[in-house]
Amino acid sequence: MAAEKNLLLEFLLRQGDNALILGHRVSEWCGHAPVLEEDIALANTALDLIGQTQMWLGYAAEVQGEGKTADDLAFLRDAWDFRNVLLTELPNGDFGQTLMRQFLFDAFQSVYLARLLGSSDETVAAIAAKASKEVAYHVERSADTVVGLGDGTEESHARMQAALDYLWPYVGEMFESDAVDTAMAESGVAPDPATLREEYDALVTRVLTDATLTIPESRFAHKGGRTGQSHTEHLGHLLTTMQWLQRAYPGNTW
Amino acid sequence: MYAQMVKSTGSGVKSRDEMSDEERAFQDKVDADIKIEPRDWMPEGYRKTLIRQIGQHAHSEIVGQLPEGNWITRAPTLERKMILLAKVQDEAGHGLYLYCAAETLGVTRDDLTEQLLSGKMKYSSIFNYPTLNWADIGAVGWLVDGAAIMNQVPLQRTSYGPYSRAMIRICKEESFHQRQGYDIMMKMAQGSEAQKKMAQDALNRFWYPSLMMFGPSDAESVHSAQSMAWKIKINTNDELRQKFVDQTVPQAEYLGLTIPDENLKWNEEKGGYDFSEPDWTEFFEVLKGNGPCNKERLGDRVKAWEDGAWVRDGLLAHAEKKAARKVAAE
Repeated sequence: MAAEKNLLLEFLLRQGDNALILGHRVSEWCGHAPVLEEDIALANTALDLIGQTQMWLGYAAEVQGEGKTADDLAFLRDAWDFRNVLLTELPNGDFGQTLMRQFLFDAFQSVYLARLLGSSDETVAAIAAKASKEVAYHVERSADTVVGLGDGTEESHARMQAALDYLWPYVGEMFESDAVDTAMAESGVAPDPATLREEYDALVTRVLTDATLTIPESRFAHKGGRTGQSHTEHLGHLLTTMQWLQRAYPGNTW
Repeated sequence: MYAQMVKSTGSGVKSRDEMSDEERAFQDKVDADIKIEPRDWMPEGYRKTLIRQIGQHAHSEIVGQLPEGNWITRAPTLERKMILLAKVQDEAGHGLYLYCAAETLGVTRDDLTEQLLSGKMKYSSIFNYPTLNWADIGAVGWLVDGAAIMNQVPLQRTSYGPYSRAMIRICKEESFHQRQGYDIMMKMAQGSEAQKKMAQDALNRFWYPSLMMFGPSDAESVHSAQSMAWKIKINTNDELRQKFVDQTVPQAEYLGLTIPDENLKWNEEKGGYDFSEPDWTEFFEVLKGNGPCNKERLGDRVKAWEDGAWVRDGLLAHAEKKAARKVAAE
């Protein structure tokens, strides 16, 4: 049974917007990393994420069937149309916060994309096949860095614990499920994310334990990004920067 | 090309009679185009000059990320954003190869970084100019990378092996950078009135700073004569500048853009263009720290280094703990 078009579109926007917004955030680091190798790695991560955005939003535009492109979706939608989880739009903070955010997201992606490889939708499966190779590298790197900094000096440990404490309440949203997820699960396009939490927790607990960090007990979760109901204040500023040229000079080609 | 005003040591090129046996053997190798490798004997002046030149080039790659990074978050399409990210990533990679090449001469990357941050070592003057509109990203690729390639292509034949090999890798990527810059300029020059205005504005601001990248005339310079004898400099600054102008003028014409120089004229006799010299007073002011963005560029690098200290310390401490645990387990 093929998924209903609007629901499939909604699912694709969630994937594409996660990659786009996080990719944008990571790209803000350009030239400012603590060490040259990290500048290269951050640029590489941003590059992969924007590449994934092109695939997800390209397919979303095709499914939408209004003759739009991935660029139209990225640069001409307003904040309430975005479907990324709140975690991805949070500010970079220090390098530790950026890498902790990356790890918490990469860990989810690594679990989720592995399931999408077997999607009943061939295009989704093909995108996942390409993206999962990149994410395997991302999660390895972000996990190593989280461990290195968590189990580093007293200062680096304190900073990583603070980053985890700040970001943990944004983890739960990745596992929220609604009618879109139910429809994707029923049509075999994608698993219901709620069913992946245990696997995620096992992965994250292992890495954060190696990092000598303490996972906060509260399961409270900020929500509203993946449904578009309520983003953070940060997203509007990000879009103002990202969309500026397209908005200021409508219809120009670049 | 990101090395300007690199001083060689010594007072000029020695004649064969003035050279020691070691110096003569060294010069014979250079003259025969045999590469000098890190463990080979080399004059101290050669080593020092190369450290300055490669170090300045490496620093330029690193600082050069900043004016382009200024537009990564505002790139107008996903594809342009990816191309720019890839380009800036290449530049960080070039910095890395060059620091590695410099390290073979007995200096560490951290030493070189400290010298950049304290202002003791320079980076190319060009990166002290701002990127103000999107066409500047095109102009940087077309003109700045174009000028860099002019100097780097001959440096692939430079006498020092590790430097030559780094240049060969870098040149491959730089020609892609220049093409993407020109491609942006084409889109802008063929675009809306606003885009054409951006393109012309970018050319107006980047033309003379690009000519300055080659450095002032060095036809009479003893430093350049020594560097050329050692084959760590292959052409004079004026030769390269002329070549750059001759290559770039037809490209600007093709774009329908005007080079901001009333004196620009084809000279049949010399088979090249006559053109106005850039304002060398401005150039020396920029080198002294008075360019439009010197404070911001160096300030950004200092901040990145200082803010990142806890990260470097943390990762180092972890590596030490891990090594200690491994020893304890054995």
